[in-house]
Amino acid sequence: MTSYVGTGFPKVIEDKNVGWVLIKAQKVTGGVSSVDFEDGTNSVVIDGTYDEYMFVLTNLHPASNDEGIAFQVNASGESGYNEVINSTFFRAKHGESGASHQSVDYVDSYDQGGGGTSHQRLCNDVGNEDEESVSGTFYLYAPADGMKVKHFISRMVECHSSDIIMDNYAAGFINTYKPIDEIKFLFTSGNIDSGTISMFGLVKS
Amino acid sequence: MGYVGLNPQSYLDYQGAGSQPTAGLELVDSNVDFTGESTIEFSIPANGYDSYEFYMVNIHPATDSTAFGFQFNAEGASGFNENITSTMFKAEHNEGDSGTGLGYHTASSQGNGTSYQRMSYDMEIDNDEAFSGVLTLFAPSSTTYVKPFMAKGSYIHHSGKYSQNTFTAGYINTASAIDEISFKMESGNIDAGSIYMYGVK
Repeated sequence: MTSYVGTGFPKVIEDKNVGWVLIKAQKVTGGVSSVDFEDGTNSVVIDGTYDEYMFVLTNLHPASNDEGIAFQVNASGESGYNEVINSTFFRAKHGESGASHQSVDYVDSYDQGGGGTSHQRLCNDVGNEDEESVSGTFYLYAPADGMKVKHFISRMVECHSSDIIMDNYAAGFINTYKPIDEIKFLFTSGNIDSGTISMFGLVKS
Repeated sequence: MGYVGLNPQSYLDYQGAGSQPTAGLELVDSNVDFTGESTIEFSIPANGYDSYEFYMVNIHPATDSTAFGFQFNAEGASGFNENITSTMFKAEHNEGDSGTGLGYHTASSQGNGTSYQRMSYDMEIDNDEAFSGVLTLFAPSSTTYVKPFMAKGSYIHHSGKYSQNTFTAGYINTASAIDEISFKMESGNIDAGSIYMYGVK
């Protein structure tokens, strides 16, 4: 266990008695097809204990060039990671070579509607050179709610294979009233070569 | 029931259900209610945390129509002039309800540039106006990858009282570890504000 190293009480404790707590961190050091978090497995909790879940993705490196990180979920009692998702996707970019590739745009091909059950892209096409990777945060709101659809918001910073910074925004909802209790992250093709995904829960208080 | 003991981190660590969580968001350093500073700098511990979050509260410029930003030093380097490739876009709406927009801001993005990375531009200097936001820096101690960062902020543009919501992201284009960060205005002092540095682990 790490200890508190600050100079004074953490503001999350001092002010509100609430905060994020680490539930599970998974570090990939040798190629895996996906990183999964399943309620009740390997100390993972995805239930009503927490109001909101945050996943911090750090330096995820694809084994294959030009692949995007993505996610899907299972509702309670389901399998196959194929829930219906409605989503939006846009991103800003800038190339390393001076004033190149400067824009912010919606990307039609990366959103989902009409009952889509694909893995939801969270970024564009990450390069697989040694120094290239994707990092960011993904939030899942109230997955245990049995009345409402389940919202998510994601922001991923990516080293695109063409030496372009991509600032990617995906958001949407999982179109089911059932509780969600399993989530997986994977590249659109090929293994996750290395990286860390840490899962946090927002404490109810 | 809130925390009543002497060890806040133990409370943070153990209030979750299931197995006992092992870490969380920890305050590493802060500079609270500073006034009249040219720069605010923090050391970044080697291999201290997976990522860091800097919470910037009511950052007020001493000079009108300037920009607030940040730069880094790689280990052993000085001058806060690392190569950065970055993007910035913003949403805006004025107090008069007559102007709105969403667009890319080319002057605040860089292609392997060494300038301080803007999180705002053309800031208003009135006493009741300031910049607030959060900056996330991923894996600064890595000696393999470039260093991604992303920020979002809110402030008031000096022309027309526009609420500006900025989104900045990029990477520090070095495989060397990053061990220092500096915040400053493009011109003039930081008149006042607070910055909190948290480690995420």
